[in-house]
Amino acid sequence: MIEVKGIKKIYGKGENLNEVLKGVSLTVEDGSFSVILGASGSGKSTLLNVMSGLESPSDGQVCYDGTDISCYNEKQLTEFRKTKVGFIFQQYYLLPNLTVDKNVKMGADLAGNKNYVEIIEAVGLGEKRNKYPSVLSGGEQQRVAIARALAKKPEVLFLDEPTGALDEKTGRNILDYILKLQKQLDFTMVMVTHNQNIAQTANTVFKMNSGLIEKIYTNKNVKSAYDIEW
Amino acid sequence: MVISFKDGIKFIGIIIIVFCAVFVCTMFLNYQSDLVKIKQLITTNEEIIFYNAQLSTSKVVCGASGGCLAATSVVMLIFYIKHYIDTHRVHLGILKALGYSDIKIAKHFWVFGLSVLVGAVAGYALAFAIMPVFYSVQNADGVIPSVTLRFHFPVFIYLVILPTLIFSAFAILYALIKLRQPALSMIRETSYCTVKAKKSRENKNTERSFLRELKISNLKNKKALVFFIVFSAFCFSAMVQMSVGLRDYSGTMMVVIVMLIGFILAFTTLFLSVSAVINGNVKTIAMMRVFGYSDKECRSSLLNVYRPMALIGFIIGTLYQYGLLKIMIEIVFKDVSDLAVYKFDYIAMILTFAVFAVAYELTVYLFSLRIKNLTVKEIMI
Repeated sequence: MIEVKGIKKIYGKGENLNEVLKGVSLTVEDGSFSVILGASGSGKSTLLNVMSGLESPSDGQVCYDGTDISCYNEKQLTEFRKTKVGFIFQQYYLLPNLTVDKNVKMGADLAGNKNYVEIIEAVGLGEKRNKYPSVLSGGEQQRVAIARALAKKPEVLFLDEPTGALDEKTGRNILDYILKLQKQLDFTMVMVTHNQNIAQTANTVFKMNSGLIEKIYTNKNVKSAYDIEW
Repeated sequence: MVISFKDGIKFIGIIIIVFCAVFVCTMFLNYQSDLVKIKQLITTNEEIIFYNAQLSTSKVVCGASGGCLAATSVVMLIFYIKHYIDTHRVHLGILKALGYSDIKIAKHFWVFGLSVLVGAVAGYALAFAIMPVFYSVQNADGVIPSVTLRFHFPVFIYLVILPTLIFSAFAILYALIKLRQPALSMIRETSYCTVKAKKSRENKNTERSFLRELKISNLKNKKALVFFIVFSAFCFSAMVQMSVGLRDYSGTMMVVIVMLIGFILAFTTLFLSVSAVINGNVKTIAMMRVFGYSDKECRSSLLNVYRPMALIGFIIGTLYQYGLLKIMIEIVFKDVSDLAVYKFDYIAMILTFAVFAVAYELTVYLFSLRIKNLTVKEIMI
């Protein structure tokens, strides 16, 4: 279980001071799929970065099963990210000079996962293992990023607008892949999006506005990636 | 429009290398030009031997240092232009998409020659400032009539004007070649995950770990950096050992000049290479850290991979200086009597290696601190 307690994040000093998170509190249950929904500048990506240990909060606590990671130093955070979490970003961030296989191995090696090829096949890229990212489509690149994140067997997967750079059809397919893999592997998933329709596929939605949680609601009728409007 | 004058003169690596090349070549070429003017005054056998030795020394020094440094400048220029085009891919692609022709864009790359001009003018000026002392040292032996310092316009043309023009033309030509690709692919290839398409191949090395694969990939894809690391070690090894080897055959001034040039070239290229490795891998480092790779693992896969290359450069430099000095002393000075027998100096080699190893590791360590300071947020920018 992830507990976020009164998180604040402030950038800059003096006149340039910018309080992006103004005291955010939320709880994410194990094995659930939560969406952080908000417009640009609402602080949703910053919250994701703080929750995932990419950044330290200015104030407040982020607890994983009761252990506070907000006071961790860089070395501890690195170890935390290595063992606990996985990431998928809007821009994929694949390593351009390495093949699909090697990109996925980047995540697999951290977990000592020797069966990472199964994940490549699970995302439908078995035939393209030895291709370089430059010859793949956007959707295929994002699937590589998914395989890379899952190959390290994360307990929690963080996704920052994973379908933001994709067209509707590819976006739906990718979202469907992610949702199926989450159910199959039973990891906790936290996704940031500005798309209200995508939020309908999650168990819980945290709606953000101006650095604060404006509304928390659970979807009684969780929809599939193909049942929502885009 | 494409590249400003400011862009053209900020290539410090080219400036320093051209500066060193022109500095050394100006001194010896000018001296050689003045030396031939006293040829008719050379009459005795001893004078002829000494005269010929001086003339040959000038030619060897100009050829060895000038040629080697000019070749390095060309590689560095290619490296800078490629880097510039890679980092400005979108802008250049948009210009092409708007209808600017390749030649119209490439023409602006002439400003890269300005770095050569700055280095050449500085090297030429310093050489002329030091030349009175250099001439007096050369004349001190008194074996041949005194050589008088004169200004030789052709030397100025050969060492300042021609290199600038040639490098500017070369920059345009190389840019033209690099720009020959569809505008759309240039615009699209700005994405971090897309690079020039490579021929996919069956990978026989699936057993290699990710870190090992990254090391190999870095070596394969950054050949220019490998060259500079090798060159850096080569310069240090060759120039420092050569300066020590020259102590019995040349004046202190020559020893100091050679050693200083060795230091300057070695550290300039080392600084540029390591800095380019870090800058070129910012996103890779950030992504590795996001995933949980430690600073040590990042450093190991990106920087330590060049250590064997530095060792190779050092060995080549050692052999090169030994061969060059042996040829110079046994062939060029073969008729000069009372000349010390040249032997390979093992102590100088060990000491030079020790100093280089410490300097190299220190430089790499200092740069690796930048890895620590990179925030993972940088990948989102």
